[in-house]
Amino acid sequence: MNIWLVMLIGGLLTFGMRFSLIYLFGRFEVPETMRKALHYVPPAVLSAIIFPELFFRNGVLSLSFDNTRLLAGLVAVLTAWFSKNTLITIIAGMLALFLLQIFVGM
Amino acid sequence: MSEQSKNFWAGVRAEVPLIIGGFPFGMIYGALALNAGLSNFAAQMMSSMVFAGSAQFITTQLVREAAPGFVIVLTIAVVNLRHMLYSASLAPYLASISTRWKILLSYLLTDEAYAPSVVHFEKEGATPSGHWFLLGAGLALWTDWQISTALGIFLGAAIPESWSLDFALPLTFIAMVVPVLKNRPAIAAALSAGVVALFANSIPYQLGLILAALVGIAVGTLLEDKTNTKPKNDLPNYANLRDSLND
Repeated sequence: MNIWLVMLIGGLLTFGMRFSLIYLFGRFEVPETMRKALHYVPPAVLSAIIFPELFFRNGVLSLSFDNTRLLAGLVAVLTAWFSKNTLITIIAGMLALFLLQIFVGM
Repeated sequence: MSEQSKNFWAGVRAEVPLIIGGFPFGMIYGALALNAGLSNFAAQMMSSMVFAGSAQFITTQLVREAAPGFVIVLTIAVVNLRHMLYSASLAPYLASISTRWKILLSYLLTDEAYAPSVVHFEKEGATPSGHWFLLGAGLALWTDWQISTALGIFLGAAIPESWSLDFALPLTFIAMVVPVLKNRPAIAAALSAGVVALFANSIPYQLGLILAALVGIAVGTLLEDKTNTKPKNDLPNYANLRDSLND
């Protein structure tokens, strides 16, 4: 198959999935359970993205102190919990990573 | 400033850390796509035709391996399945906008646009110009992705890995998810999804992520039923919205 056709169909499928429930919503009855479940999409999806980013280094689960991203991530979680501020959280996390990388590299 | 432009620029601002974190990925994608044998033009166009980071990475990988077209298309579909969750999650807040708007915003609905937007919607509820926030966030990321792809094509992946700029992505997601953890069901949803994501990490094509998300959503919903914790902002009642539209 031609690469342009692959991109076109792949793009249309991607768009279709993004559009699907935004389009369908309101056109049929949404069950109460589903309505409730939608509240848990953000914490569930975001955590499912975050955890592997922090715990896996080069494809291997790493729970040691050498895993600077896990430690810096924990710093960010604590900062976010107390500050509730996006910018401060990101700066704290980046700073923690830089410092830990220097520290672990020594 | 009108409510619309206020929301639009709030969306752009919320997207800034994700733009910084996403930039190296765009460059790496551009460089990899050329490496896999795509022309400059095709590599650049994929960033606007598919506009989905992880699917684009896997596509270049499959093109390099000379995988059949239908395999690539199916893979793109499976990798992007999670966008249906985003679509469902934002749908109640976008129920009253026109179909044209829905098409535009759906095209722009990436992980990075979804995260700040859903946090915004959960805080503000469904407002008449709330969708401008998603437009601002989505367009900011779109522009970032096109430029970073182009730079990757022409310069290669020029940002040194030691800068760890990509770490801004999980950090931003952390900054967004932690304030959402307001009650026990939400915390349980986040923790269970995260732990399942670790165990399911070896499942290919982002299916582990979907499995983890579904487990987290189920845990949160079941716990809410048990403890009867009411979420702060209830979703707008779609039946009422429909009625008010028909008036």
